[in-house]
Amino acid sequence: MSMQTSRLHKEQLISSIKKTASMFTGMLPILVGVILLTGLILELIPTDKAASWFGRNTLLDALIGTAVGSISAGHPLTSYVLGGELLENGISLVAVTALLVSWVTVGSIQFPAEALMLGRRFAFYRNLICFGFSILIAVLTVATLRLLG
Amino acid sequence: MKEKSGRSTRGGVIFLLVVACLYALAFLIDTELALNALAFSTNLLYQLLPVLLLVFALMLISNFLVKPEWVRANVGKDSGLRGWVVAVVGGILSVGPIYVWYALLRDLKTMGMRTALIAVFLYNRGIKLPLLPLMIHYFGMTYTLVLAIYMTLFSLLSGVLVEKIVEHKPRP
Repeated sequence: MSMQTSRLHKEQLISSIKKTASMFTGMLPILVGVILLTGLILELIPTDKAASWFGRNTLLDALIGTAVGSISAGHPLTSYVLGGELLENGISLVAVTALLVSWVTVGSIQFPAEALMLGRRFAFYRNLICFGFSILIAVLTVATLRLLG
Repeated sequence: MKEKSGRSTRGGVIFLLVVACLYALAFLIDTELALNALAFSTNLLYQLLPVLLLVFALMLISNFLVKPEWVRANVGKDSGLRGWVVAVVGGILSVGPIYVWYALLRDLKTMGMRTALIAVFLYNRGIKLPLLPLMIHYFGMTYTLVLAIYMTLFSLLSGVLVEKIVEHKPRP
């Protein structure tokens, strides 16, 4: 009885390994594609030049911050450095916060991968909602900080 | 299901081919830029290898140990408060870039994971625990705390909204 159970477990494990390997192999072209696209976009749009895009008015800056964050695919640490630099250059905290939030929640470059894996409708609306929320969170965070003094 | 998975693999190959064409174009226009991009991507892929191994291991565990009943009970339609907590904590604790988690989430979705909780998991990946000290260093403790609280709250809202929109069926 226990030998039968053990054989059944072994068969289940082998079947799980095969299934996982197949799923993983299927995911690889998407993964490699996103990584290659990230490299190309980072070279085409250097985020260190972003400081010159801001400085008109708070709301427009927040929108630009969200847009820059949405198309950025670098490490979140880069957004902290960029955000710190923007603050030093007098860019509003609302814009910087919008950039920080959208950097990690909106994925324009990953969109094709997300749409292929989780559905186009899901990926589109999730990213759209996250885009809007980035501005909202930025405004609320700064308002709360003002309230807290 | 197999057909759907095959479609996404085919889609993935087409996507990779499109990116390869963009690189070919970049090589023709600006070889140095294309080489820099390629070097960056190779380095990124190398850095991601440990995370990919972790994801493979988690996918294997999910395929071997996690049964649809477990998924339905913990992150399914009737998982209740537990489901939301699992999605928030899971999202915060997960490591590596977002796209390496798509396959696992798709797997869990086929086993019954709720759409809202997938969105919540993905949103909470924005809260990077290991990077919080750095964020505090750049922007201060109060700012970091307030932002993290708002992001967690809005992650729940994003989950509810995404599910409502994605699963909304127009009346005939």
